[in-house]
Amino acid sequence: MTGPLIRGYEVVIGLETHAQLSTASKIFSGAATAFGAAPNSQACAVDLALPGTLPVLNRGAVERAIRFALAVGARIAPHSIFARKNYFYPDLPKGYQISQYEIPVVQAGTVEIVVDGHKKTVHLTRAHLEEDAGKSLHEDYHGMTGIDLNRAGTPLLEIVSEPDMRSSAEAVAYARELHKTVVWLGICDGNMQEGSFRCDANVSVRRPGAPFGTRREIKNLNSFKFLQQAIDFEVQWQIDRQEDGLAIEQATVLFNPDTGETRAMRSKEDAQDYRYFPDPDLPPLAIAPQWVERVRGEMPELPGAMASRFERDDGLSAYDASMMTQSLDFARYYEAARDACGQPKLVANWLMGEFSKRLNTEGRDIAAAPVAPPTLAALIARVVDGTVSNNGARQVFDALWSGQGQHVDALIAEKGLKQLSDTGALEKIVDEVIAANARSVDEYRAGKDKAFNALVGQVMKASKGQANPAQASELLKSKLGAA
Amino acid sequence: MPLHQAGVAALGRALATRQVSSTEVVSHLLGRIEAQRALGAFLQIDAARALNTARSIDERRASGQALGPLAGVPIAHKDIFVTQGVPSTAGSKMLAGYQSPFDATVVARLAHAGCVSLGKLNCDEFAMGSSNENSAFGPVRNPWDTARVPGGSSGGSAAAVAARLLPAATGTDTGGSIRQPASFSGITGIKPTYGVCSRWGMVAFASSLDQAGPLARSAEDCALLLSAMSGFDERDATSAERPPQDFHAQMLAARAGASPGTPLAGLHIGLPREFFPAALAADVNGTVRAALAEFEKLGATLIDVSLPRTELSIPVYYIIAPAEASSNLARFDGVRYGHRAAKYSDLLDMYMKSRAEGFGAEVKRRIMIGTYVLSHGYYDAYYLQAQKLRRMIADDFQQCFGQCDLIAGPVAPTVAWKLGAQDDDPVKAYLADIFTLPASLAGLPGMSVPAGFGAGGMPVGLQLIGNYFTEGQLLHAAHAFQQATDFHARTPRGFE
Amino acid sequence: MALTPADVSRIAHLARLELDPAESAAMLVQLNGFFRIVEQMSAVDTRGVEPLYTPLAAVQAAELRLREDRVTESDERSRNQASAPSVDDGLFLVPRVIE
Repeated sequence: MTGPLIRGYEVVIGLETHAQLSTASKIFSGAATAFGAAPNSQACAVDLALPGTLPVLNRGAVERAIRFALAVGARIAPHSIFARKNYFYPDLPKGYQISQYEIPVVQAGTVEIVVDGHKKTVHLTRAHLEEDAGKSLHEDYHGMTGIDLNRAGTPLLEIVSEPDMRSSAEAVAYARELHKTVVWLGICDGNMQEGSFRCDANVSVRRPGAPFGTRREIKNLNSFKFLQQAIDFEVQWQIDRQEDGLAIEQATVLFNPDTGETRAMRSKEDAQDYRYFPDPDLPPLAIAPQWVERVRGEMPELPGAMASRFERDDGLSAYDASMMTQSLDFARYYEAARDACGQPKLVANWLMGEFSKRLNTEGRDIAAAPVAPPTLAALIARVVDGTVSNNGARQVFDALWSGQGQHVDALIAEKGLKQLSDTGALEKIVDEVIAANARSVDEYRAGKDKAFNALVGQVMKASKGQANPAQASELLKSKLGAA
Repeated sequence: MPLHQAGVAALGRALATRQVSSTEVVSHLLGRIEAQRALGAFLQIDAARALNTARSIDERRASGQALGPLAGVPIAHKDIFVTQGVPSTAGSKMLAGYQSPFDATVVARLAHAGCVSLGKLNCDEFAMGSSNENSAFGPVRNPWDTARVPGGSSGGSAAAVAARLLPAATGTDTGGSIRQPASFSGITGIKPTYGVCSRWGMVAFASSLDQAGPLARSAEDCALLLSAMSGFDERDATSAERPPQDFHAQMLAARAGASPGTPLAGLHIGLPREFFPAALAADVNGTVRAALAEFEKLGATLIDVSLPRTELSIPVYYIIAPAEASSNLARFDGVRYGHRAAKYSDLLDMYMKSRAEGFGAEVKRRIMIGTYVLSHGYYDAYYLQAQKLRRMIADDFQQCFGQCDLIAGPVAPTVAWKLGAQDDDPVKAYLADIFTLPASLAGLPGMSVPAGFGAGGMPVGLQLIGNYFTEGQLLHAAHAFQQATDFHARTPRGFE
Repeated sequence: MALTPADVSRIAHLARLELDPAESAAMLVQLNGFFRIVEQMSAVDTRGVEPLYTPLAAVQAAELRLREDRVTESDERSRNQASAPSVDDGLFLVPRVIE
């Protein structure tokens, strides 16, 4: 379990990820969770911790935790306990966060990652339910900080990994895989800009064989890029200190994206005493086996199983299958298109090529693609039956994507891209080309393959690009006889 | 009988038969309340709204509408319950002037039953205290002797009912705060099983102990009120999921084997020897024993039982309750409501000063105790140990209930003490809670029933403790006793 | 096991309570007086006993009741902020928080 040494040191990383669960209402109140509402317009009495208010747990949050547990092969605690984590902060209305401490709802589990072609299993320690805090706005309010509690009470699933990762690349791969999983399951919208998926990285370094070094925790990284940059900087910083003979103190650390540096937070009470105790307002959460089985029955097929199925049934390569299962939306698109034209490999190629290129450039999800699966399937069918060449198909695709038209055949006709497949007409052109290019013919017969291509080129030119190149080649070969 | 001597049941009947109107009763009581400001029972008097409500109930009745037994009956609420339109302070400067946007469930249910709330009643700050001397807004005086305390924390509720300013009031009981003031003030009170009344809208002190309940001048009145106050509430995850209870009917239901002279035949009452220690004041002991003799006359059988960990209830309670309180009171930080200091240098200073200025001495003490016993390194020895002992105490009760139906004993070791008597030593007051704490820890229902008078003519209460959800049996036994005696009907001199 | 002035100071800070020197001194005495009565508790053997965090666990099989995932609260901002010490643009204002 060793990763690349950095300046002779082994890097040890564990991640704590907070995924906002996609419930309609908050974890302990009936207020809405939608992003972007006017400040404190989605903070009800419970969320504001007004005197006399009490929490009641949202079933939807528990269902999502169960789904997560099933996806990562974790154990679901038949009884788990909510505990109060006590500390003072303006965005924490009750002066405590309702979380889970000694007995979390999800225990253990694994996430498989691939880094540079190597597979690795990252173990999870636990995952538990808790409530999110509000937001502090430090923009100028007459020198004050503004507190918006809309986010307070949004359900979170805190997923804790073992310190199994040995490089920032592994950490990012794990974070990406976790992100994909929660989005795939439909339990989290994965919108990192909006704060739906946040990672804290626990980083330490040690000489190989030495005990674990003191770790520092980098908080609230909300992009994979920042995650990698922050870890990389922190590792160098920690190594520098060790090399200088200085101790590393446990600290909570923030990453500054502008400078690319990590910096210890201004004394957050170093080693806070949270005084956890079971929340007397919430009896133990019971999850019966029947509930788990019902959720299991309603689970979507997981990406790993689906990819294997594509490899086995559709003959896709492992890589292509993994690309087709990059998200549930992608997989659904692939299956729909494949079913419509019966050409799994071609569909995969198109999706990985033209499709993904455009999606990436335009920053779009496949769900927002302007070309629907039946349309793509129709286009592929026309390539397969020889109506259009690959080149022609690309032009049609362009037109479809930019909204010039919606019907494949209409566009083929409009753009005059229909290939000449009438053998009679094609033969006539081949004969004319052979007659007009005696030198190339001779060179070809003398063994120069380049000459053949020139002849094919002439046929294409004479047919104004409408000849089916494969057919043209065949005709030429048969007429010229075996060389 | 003067209007103010009528209890809830009698008033309900008089109102139903239109012998009197709600407006008349309310006006009459408002007059008495004004005249008795010196008692300190009320923090808010909501005269205009009360009269409006009374008027509209009178109109509905006049138009022929059938209304329930509580319709038009005046009450008031301990200021630990939040109420719309009237400030809710929980007896604390921290919440001076606080306007709640919602009503406590208990408040809403009583309003729905037609009760007319006359205002908010004084209490120990955040329900922490046994004498109502810890209110930020002045002490409450015992109508039986205005130099003495009425008990606490529901001191305002007890004093108002004893002084005949109200027929009934709501209170809360965490470690005895309904039973003890009822005992000290010569009235009847009941703390139901944990979970029977909703805690939604009750400013939280100790979440696993707090319970709402009525204080009135008879078991019957308590039964009527409790029926309306109680019941499952989906806003409280600790609310017991049971069908609505008619405690009045349960109170009246005859026991199997009962006869007119012996309504309590077959009832076994356990007397824990630990409830009758040598330190128990002679007057209390005598009065309680005499009352128990009455129960025997009514057919009950007294047996000796044991609650061996009674004394341990004190440290156990005073670890658990402050621990929960220290967390429940963390929301009072001057950010979203409540007192914020006028001057502070930064956020930390704002917290420190706002809380120091807003909380009284007893509250601060309990927050300190609670914070300490939960803190790193002490949790196992204190908090966890206390919760384990709590289980053992609850199990001890179950052992007893294997031998008896009810447990009885004194409510408090003495009668009400003089105002200021416990000032120097807060721990002394804790020790006096010894008899009420065990039932609180176990979550069992407990009643205080006026049993007679002790030193200085001060009231003495008899405590009755039942098994879970046996409020009906408790009320029945208390009712039988009150049919045979009149201690519960005596009026303090000057308040007739 | 007696508390020290440092303990009082630490706990007061954890609880965000400002105590002046006189208050701290008085608190120390009172807390120590209190913890004396707590000592008898430590002597009891509670091995194997399950803590009773809520009486519900003794009353009946206490299991957490859940609510359906539905939005049931609407925007009540002005009523909820009626008792706020300092509000601007719907935000609760506090002294600048520096991380």
